[in-house]
Amino acid sequence: MKTRVLLVDDEEQFVQALSERLALRDYDITTSLSGDDAIEKIKHYNYDVVILDVAMPGIDGIQVLREIKKSKPLTEVIMLTGHGTVETAIEGMKLGAFDFLMKPCNTEELDTKIKKAFARKAEQEERIRAAKVSDIISSPRSVLKDD
Amino acid sequence: MRHKLDTIGETGLQFFGKMTASISHEIKNVLAIINENAGLLEDFARMAEGGIAIDPERLERLSQAVMKQIRRADTIVKNMNRFAHSTDESLKSVDLNEILELAVVLSNRLASMRSVTLKPKPQESPVKIRTSPFFLMNLIWLCLDFAMDRVGDGKIVELATQKTETGAQLRFGRLEGLTEAPLNTFPAEPEKSLLDLLKAELVVSAEKKEIVVRIAGNINSDE
Repeated sequence: MKTRVLLVDDEEQFVQALSERLALRDYDITTSLSGDDAIEKIKHYNYDVVILDVAMPGIDGIQVLREIKKSKPLTEVIMLTGHGTVETAIEGMKLGAFDFLMKPCNTEELDTKIKKAFARKAEQEERIRAAKVSDIISSPRSVLKDD
Repeated sequence: MRHKLDTIGETGLQFFGKMTASISHEIKNVLAIINENAGLLEDFARMAEGGIAIDPERLERLSQAVMKQIRRADTIVKNMNRFAHSTDESLKSVDLNEILELAVVLSNRLASMRSVTLKPKPQESPVKIRTSPFFLMNLIWLCLDFAMDRVGDGKIVELATQKTETGAQLRFGRLEGLTEAPLNTFPAEPEKSLLDLLKAELVVSAEKKEIVVRIAGNINSDE
């Protein structure tokens, strides 16, 4: 299965070109041009990795990151930043973002970070699955408990 | 007086920094788009090497996208140059409409980040005044910064210029969220110092939902 990536940036031409490049690298890409739209999409669909611009009109990248970590904590987030917003990207890392990249970014570097982010998500999902299996084996009645 | 000059110097530097940081951010965005389009061309070149045919129309669209961004960057840099030259002369005869147009162009990105639309409504004929262009733009920005937090649900600031008997006036209108409450904090020291320097007056009206700045026709008139 392809890695599901959501690319969020208010610069439409940037989104078009980068999404095409990532699709050529075999990612399943969805795009979003605003924080509001991104939050809606994240609520209704499971993405593996979100590439998120820090500085956007309206709901900014940090607010979107908070929403992602609240509703889909395992989804990994890579922040994109201009030079003026590096501090914000670092704040994003403190809030649980996987990593950040400066614009204009090197696509191969982004590709590597997406792969690493996906690997961490897969590993965490596997640990949760293993813990649930172990719980069921040690106490079969645990399947009746609410999550 | 010394204290006022320090305040003006400090607020002027902060204004210059704020505007140039915003401009550099816009240039970064343009570079990022050109970078991705150039990268896409590189991807296509590799695909062509591997025997995959590339649609020439797709290449033409890419080239047009790059040219569009170059035109965008050119406009940004021209405005940055106009802004930098506003410090050339401390006193100059200017058209307030042109000063407002540049202030709005420079502030548009910062307004957009706050989901606010700036609507300039300049008087049709030129509004000539003799003033300090840089510090007038600084005052316009400070008023705009205050106004943008008081737009209410309309999310619009209307900026109108008008010639008056003593000079000119600039009106920041449609401030639906302007109430009596914050008026004791505006104008603060930086605005007051600039108003003094520019021989201007500022009137905040919660009733009319507007801020009006009355600017002297010639700030050197009594010398």
